[in-house]
Amino acid sequence: MANPGGGTVCNGKLHNHKKQSNGSQRRNCTKNGIVKEAQQNGKPHFYDKLIVESFEEAPLHVMVFTYMGYGIGTLFGYLRDFLRNWGIEKCNAAVERKEQKDFVPLYQNFENFFTRNLYMRIRDNWNRPICSAPGPLFDVMERVSDDYNWTFRFTGRIIKDVINMGSYNFLGLADKYDESMKTIKDVLEVYGTGVASTRHEMGTLDKHKELEDLVAKFLNVEAAMVFGMGFATNSMNIPALVGKGCLILSDELNHTSLVLGARLSGATIRIFKHNNTQSLEKLLRDAVIYGQPRTRRAWKKILILVEGVYSMEGSIVHLPQIIALKKKYKAYLYIDEAHSIGAVGPTGRGVTEFFGLDPHEVDVLMGTFTKSFGASGGYIAGRKDLVDYLRVHSHSAVYATSMSPPIAEQIIRSLKLIMGLDGTTQGLQKVQQLAKNTRYFRQRLQEMGFIIYGNENASVVPLLLYMPGKVAAFARHMLQEKKIGVVVVGFPATPLAEARARFCVSAAHTREMLDTVLEALDEMGDLLQLKYSRHKKSARPELYDETSFELED
Amino acid sequence: MATATEQWVLVEMVQALYEAPAYHLILEGILILWIIRLLFSKTYKLQERSDLTVKEKEELIEEWQPEPLVPPVPKDHPALNYNIVSGPPSHKIVVNGKECINFASFNFLGLLDNPRVKAAALASLKKYGVGTCGPRGFYGTFDVHLDLEDRLAKFMKAEEAIIYSYGFATIASAIPAYSKRGDIVFVDRAACFAIQKGLQASRSDIKLFKHNDVADLERLLKEQEIEDQKNPRKARVTRRFIVVEGLYMNTGTICPLPELVKLKYKYKARIFLEESLSFGVLGEHGRGVTEHYGINIDDIDFISANMENALASIGGFCCGRSFVIDHQRLSGQGYCFSASLPPLLAAAAIEALNIMEENPGIFAVLKEKCRQIHKALQGISGLKVVGESSSPAFHLQLEESTGSREQDVRLLQEIVDQCMNKNIALTQARYLEKEEKCLPPPSIRVVVTVEQTEEELERAASTIKEVAQAVLL
Repeated sequence: MANPGGGTVCNGKLHNHKKQSNGSQRRNCTKNGIVKEAQQNGKPHFYDKLIVESFEEAPLHVMVFTYMGYGIGTLFGYLRDFLRNWGIEKCNAAVERKEQKDFVPLYQNFENFFTRNLYMRIRDNWNRPICSAPGPLFDVMERVSDDYNWTFRFTGRIIKDVINMGSYNFLGLADKYDESMKTIKDVLEVYGTGVASTRHEMGTLDKHKELEDLVAKFLNVEAAMVFGMGFATNSMNIPALVGKGCLILSDELNHTSLVLGARLSGATIRIFKHNNTQSLEKLLRDAVIYGQPRTRRAWKKILILVEGVYSMEGSIVHLPQIIALKKKYKAYLYIDEAHSIGAVGPTGRGVTEFFGLDPHEVDVLMGTFTKSFGASGGYIAGRKDLVDYLRVHSHSAVYATSMSPPIAEQIIRSLKLIMGLDGTTQGLQKVQQLAKNTRYFRQRLQEMGFIIYGNENASVVPLLLYMPGKVAAFARHMLQEKKIGVVVVGFPATPLAEARARFCVSAAHTREMLDTVLEALDEMGDLLQLKYSRHKKSARPELYDETSFELED
Repeated sequence: MATATEQWVLVEMVQALYEAPAYHLILEGILILWIIRLLFSKTYKLQERSDLTVKEKEELIEEWQPEPLVPPVPKDHPALNYNIVSGPPSHKIVVNGKECINFASFNFLGLLDNPRVKAAALASLKKYGVGTCGPRGFYGTFDVHLDLEDRLAKFMKAEEAIIYSYGFATIASAIPAYSKRGDIVFVDRAACFAIQKGLQASRSDIKLFKHNDVADLERLLKEQEIEDQKNPRKARVTRRFIVVEGLYMNTGTICPLPELVKLKYKYKARIFLEESLSFGVLGEHGRGVTEHYGINIDDIDFISANMENALASIGGFCCGRSFVIDHQRLSGQGYCFSASLPPLLAAAAIEALNIMEENPGIFAVLKEKCRQIHKALQGISGLKVVGESSSPAFHLQLEESTGSREQDVRLLQEIVDQCMNKNIALTQARYLEKEEKCLPPPSIRVVVTVEQTEEELERAASTIKEVAQAVLL
């Protein structure tokens, strides 16, 4: 059968239904209205959209060298720890107070081994301070270290106009002040910055009400509630929804906030393979048939936790299949749209729109305002009874200070722009520009022969570097020689051997900027030998190809 | 040689067989048959295979009915009808369309609508916009954040400070960064919800001691010491922590810090101190409970506080020695995995700190006002004042409960509503009743700020008195 992706894997059985090429997939985007109509008639058309996702496997020699790199790093770590213990090498780490030397040590020694001996060598590539808005170009404060990264010293120089490929500024709405932000200035002048009370007590402002109504309208759902922090939206609301005797099925790559929320809830947690519906189905089946372990009582309820776009993989959740499963097994679905709201779907309404589904098919829609909306905080939206319940029982609503009014106003401004309520099509243009930039950037990288992960529509683009040494070289070179700010991630945020650079494409990036970045990447790719791709058809089949997942039944 | 011996043994065996008496042979024969029978017989009844058939499985799936995702909420639940504040929640507040004097928001120093704070936030808005679009590690660190951390550390006279973008997440992330499974945490029963959640996330062993009862804490520490002597190997790796609040949110009382510090060194347990209410309130310069008692801040392992009360911004911070604090930069979940604080809020906090440093007299003024209303509220029949006289947030509880929490809440709400009608904005202290470890009794929380004038304080006190008399008698 034809492989439409050309060097990519088409997950699931999607291409059995229609032999499509990339071209026809794009056509589907434009005739999305029809898809919606069909869906309103009660016939979900989820096979219309072809998921093109790629997770190419690294060549063997790369993996060997990567592990060797870590091995050598660890060996040297032991050697230097030995030298430090004998006082031959000076130890720069902060030490315990004299008075508390006989306390039980606050940290276990091996806990900090990785930090001390591996992270410390390359830590100049993280926490780089900036001193401008995180727009498409930003200013990075130059810093140097005189003691091999133990401490930093600012030189006072500023590296101006660095191309920002690191901030989650998908729609380009985070930028320095301009006239369109006047409403924020007004709100700030009237309300001030704080609220100094909780939602339940004296902290529900009219601004919050306005924002919640607008969010519900934007998402096309009955109601929504907003919270002051995206991370806390997950970790403080999941415990209100499920508890003891309930089961949580969580994707293995879910964000820490979801994991924390699940843990705090007291429910039993089971993990399914990333985006693998067969793995999920097996867990669902077993859960419904066999009930709780030991007592064999039936589960009270089952909640599936997934993300819309996975921030480290760039993959998009296989929503239609998961919804079909959730219906079949009567589970509930909680979807975290932190990286997809505003960035995915023809008008930026997230993954439900991307797949042409009714948002009410998802029980709990969660998202954050940090990324596309250039603000901070998060929301939970869905049916009115859900939101009402959370208004009463959410930990955040009772105990945490509510959202700052100027922040709320920034979100209102962004939402109005995207919805076209300001009377222009600027917002829509931004969403479309983002989609265009994303596809262009991903396609060019692929052509150059890099291994990049994820869905062709996802604006987070992970480029695999593998070796720890290359991670540091890549990030330093990109900033110092090319004036491009990139984010690199390694263990523990990714599997040990899969360190990567992650680019966040923004609607605010011009074609010239992207070309500059691509050119620099091309050069870096040759310099550091990063073009690992062999354009092979199969990629990490054991992890990502669903058909290879063995059912035990 | 070997073969010769073997042959010899074999011959001997055959000979023995001939020589053996018949009954012996018969007996052995029977025994052999018995063994063979045992080997081949079933020692237990094999149960019917219990595997479900595909059809049965499908039926089970068909039959299972989950509970609804959320149970229905009664339409008249008070939390569904929040007070809606129009405009800023500052000294004068418009609640549900009615202008009142605010006795509910934790805006102790009145910095919420301070023009200087607003101007600083505005300047920041002009330069940086609103959001940071990333966590601290990934270009979410702005120069403003570094300034604020520096300033907070200097203000608190600590080595280092770290800021979080949400007050609640500060202590809730900081505790699990240090305390792990198997460690032991001694915590006051009245500890606030953020501490409870932090402890839950840490999965450590939790030992509750009576509120502000040092003797009870010592009893628990002693018990633990005896336990440790039984298993010294385990004790060598079991960390011990004492978690207390400076000024308790739930009771309005101050913790007996000097005694706690003594216990700390005696039993080698580290102290974590939550100062969300006491920061910017207690002490000559508003440095909190350590300054209040004159305790060296280095004796406390870390202090955590939010910037949402006295500083009237958003977020929280944690300060202490670098040895302790720096660990959170990689292990504090709410720090690493969350977007950083919007710069305009950080700028507002810096300006608020400036104001605090420039007007050290402000804390004495606040203290005086607390004393005044405390005194004025004494002797209301049916209501008792709970909390220290120097605490700007204290509770009014029913002297005698009616026996049902619901009824108590309703009575207190009646008082709050009637006060609201008389232009005094108050609120009940709200809790998640099923989630709290030790649920405090229902109460009205009164918050004092420096902006309230003497007359207003008098008026509030007399209004509360009047209304309480009418409702409770």
